[in-house]
Amino acid sequence: MESKMMTFQAAAAEGVAQEMRRDPTVYCAGEEVSAHGQAYGVSGQGVFEEFGEKRVRNTPIIETAIVGHAVGAAAVGLRPVVELMFMDFLGICMDELANQAAKMHYMFAGQYKAPMVLRVSSGAVRPAGAHHSQSLEAWAAHVPGLKIVAPSTAADAKGLMITSIRDDNPVVFIEHRALLSVEGEVPAGDYTVPLGKARVTREGSDVTLVAWSAMVPTCLEAAGELAAEGIDAEVIDLRSLIPLDKEAILSSVAKTGKLVIAHEATRTNGFGAEIAAMVADEGFDLLKSPIRRVTAPDIPVPCSPALLKHFVPNAQKIRAAVITIS
Amino acid sequence: MGATGLDLLGMYRCMVRIRTFEEHILTEWRAGEVPGEVHLYSGEEAVAAGVIANLRVDDYVVSTHRGHGHVLAKGGDPARMMAEVFGRTGGYCRGKGGTMHMADATLGILGTNGIVGASLPIATGVGLYCQYMATDRVSVCFFGDGASNRGTFHESLDLASIWKLPVIYVCENNYYGMATSVEEHMNINDIAERAASYGIPGVVVDGNDVVAVHDAAAEAIIRARSGGGTTLIECKTWRHHGHFTADPAYYRDPDVHNEHLQRDPIIRCGALLLSQGLATKEALDAVHNEAIAEMNAAVEFSKNSPWPEEDELLVGLYAE
Repeated sequence: MESKMMTFQAAAAEGVAQEMRRDPTVYCAGEEVSAHGQAYGVSGQGVFEEFGEKRVRNTPIIETAIVGHAVGAAAVGLRPVVELMFMDFLGICMDELANQAAKMHYMFAGQYKAPMVLRVSSGAVRPAGAHHSQSLEAWAAHVPGLKIVAPSTAADAKGLMITSIRDDNPVVFIEHRALLSVEGEVPAGDYTVPLGKARVTREGSDVTLVAWSAMVPTCLEAAGELAAEGIDAEVIDLRSLIPLDKEAILSSVAKTGKLVIAHEATRTNGFGAEIAAMVADEGFDLLKSPIRRVTAPDIPVPCSPALLKHFVPNAQKIRAAVITIS
Repeated sequence: MGATGLDLLGMYRCMVRIRTFEEHILTEWRAGEVPGEVHLYSGEEAVAAGVIANLRVDDYVVSTHRGHGHVLAKGGDPARMMAEVFGRTGGYCRGKGGTMHMADATLGILGTNGIVGASLPIATGVGLYCQYMATDRVSVCFFGDGASNRGTFHESLDLASIWKLPVIYVCENNYYGMATSVEEHMNINDIAERAASYGIPGVVVDGNDVVAVHDAAAEAIIRARSGGGTTLIECKTWRHHGHFTADPAYYRDPDVHNEHLQRDPIIRCGALLLSQGLATKEALDAVHNEAIAEMNAAVEFSKNSPWPEEDELLVGLYAE
């Protein structure tokens, strides 16, 4: 398949643009998606120029109505791709996401659906403080009816974006800011990646590292360090949390007998707890040692870079967790 | 009231059907037949009937927790509505929705809604669809006086006004947000004043005068269909019952309540029909009798409709 090197950010934007060309009901809306400012450029350079203000719609700073209007538009026939500049703003639109979009199909017995993508940028990358740094996937994961996608590579950013836009359900699409400028080979054309299909990013036999989003490259770094110490780690990139590829996790644990889950979100009720519980329920006999979670501590994200570097899990912490069960 | 060129008898019939539907629910609720609480629309019928008389089947309505009137006026089937309230499989949502999550996609009814103020952004997005697809369809958003204090109100009217969306925001001011009076919950007299913040027309009408409601809505809807954008209409009305079925509404002054009951929209419309020679007493009686028979049948249908089985529980979380 033909491919080219591009950034995660450009790949996601290419996915959106391709779907906009294919399907006239797809439109983008959000704060500064079309204009000069555009903090993270997630809608991509050239998209506004190509599609114009009807389909790339600037909004005021109104997260409630950005998400809420998308629910109504999606219910009657459009396919909104709307953005929150920071995932931290989920609280401002949680009713629209959790009570309206997520429940619509079930509570109306299938009469309405909400095919919409909510793009959110996540992560404690630069010193931005407690309101511009969080990874809140667990908030969304507790709401039945949503799908949650968290790519780690440029190719997945495109392939999962296209799949998410075509999905007939509300999808929370998490784009970690540390990944936006990371480059990778991205297949050209109509490239899709299914939701709920994890990828074994690195094969190994001694321990399973499960991650998503920006923790995938961090796990790969840890796996490299562990290899030098004679420990062969397998790294699984979940790609989507809902639906969850349980089979990929369980079959890896069946091979390694050991599980370490790494996420940038805080620890208590983080999605790692759900994975640990699932493996304890369905794969207890496969385990040779306790499950370990490597997470941020249960505190707001601190601003100072001197504190932030201790907040975000790194390869050393993942390595250390593996060593405790090796 | 002036009634030239209106289907006044049609609006009268609509109001009587709504009232009868609601009073049947109250009777059944008192008899223990209705699971849960219900927010009754009795007293506010002129709003649903007057506004929706201007709509086509392909226009949209987004409703509230007190939404049965909107659904019936838009053409909803009272038997399926009642069965939904009763939690039965014959209901619009097979019992999964209930009174506050009742929809009919074939009629453009995007559901009653359990969250005060949630209808506003949804209706805004529906209005975007109408404009985006280059239709002359409109989105009508119902909400109460209490909801007009919510952030969803401000954000939605802001967005609809800058995008010039064909949305008609219809505030049903029944003077109470639950048990809190408008005097306690806002510092202005007319909610329609808030339209000035968005540079859109804001209109106050007597929400118990079906002709006045109809005419105000007609003007706004014609404007919206022709690209003229958004309107806020405030209909001042009165809730005959409490906030919900079990609420005796002791917080309302009985004298004030009785005054409002004198302005019952159905009685007023009936008097107008008689005084203008548009209907006879017999014809009006027939409307009431037909509504009673229809709603009796709806209750019977609901009581005989099967409860959903357990195998229904997990069906339909996701659209396939």
